[in-house]
Amino acid sequence: MPEAAVKKKRPPLWLNISLFNLPVPGRVSILHRISGAALFLALPWLLFLLDNSLASPERYARVQQHLNHPLAQLAVLGLLWAYAHHFCAGIRHLLLDLHVGIDLQSARASARAVLGASLALTLLFGWVLLW
Amino acid sequence: MGAVVVTRAKRRVVGAHYGTAQWLRQRLTAVIMAVYTVLAIVALLILHPENHAEWRALFAPGWVRVVTLLFFLSLCYHAWVGMRDILMDYARPTSLRLALYTAVVVALGGYAAWAVQIMWRG
Repeated sequence: MPEAAVKKKRPPLWLNISLFNLPVPGRVSILHRISGAALFLALPWLLFLLDNSLASPERYARVQQHLNHPLAQLAVLGLLWAYAHHFCAGIRHLLLDLHVGIDLQSARASARAVLGASLALTLLFGWVLLW
Repeated sequence: MGAVVVTRAKRRVVGAHYGTAQWLRQRLTAVIMAVYTVLAIVALLILHPENHAEWRALFAPGWVRVVTLLFFLSLCYHAWVGMRDILMDYARPTSLRLALYTAVVVALGGYAAWAVQIMWRG
């Protein structure tokens, strides 16, 4: 017993704040932040694509070529996920603001639904766009 | 001791409520973007532009440009509130935080102007 008490007092060697140690709603919350920041950082690229795609037929063709590159397609897929996740998590957030589904069980269920729905939307729109 | 507790209980929360206004605008811009996103996806699936001419024709009507610009302005404001929240939590010291705030505001102001240019280049 005394040994256990001594052990308890010892401070943790390191703080594990990894994503996967959080409960599901916490995971959705931190991913909401990460996806938002990623979309912000990608804005100049997205505006560049929109600008060139509308400018002229030649630049439209060059945008198509640019988007054929595997790295660009990977980025598109990543940003699709970021948009889908930010969208779904945002809707969930608005509902929570309106006091819809704020009990623990519903909040956990809706968090899981957000993770699943954003992955499904990414695959669906990735398939529509890239193939 | 008792006196302290009474004073605390009577303490009124004051402030200009800048936070509340931003919180509300963050949600308002979110709703604008969500509605635009759904309508844009439906329009793209129905009209299915396959080349530059068809893609450009989508943005030909004036109201489409206005609504699209409203989307971009909402996005820029929303991104400012979100990035500000993130920087407030992680960017230390204050000087670095203020520098990054400035960079974000300048970037988003530029993106908003760029969006106007893209929509009305003619």
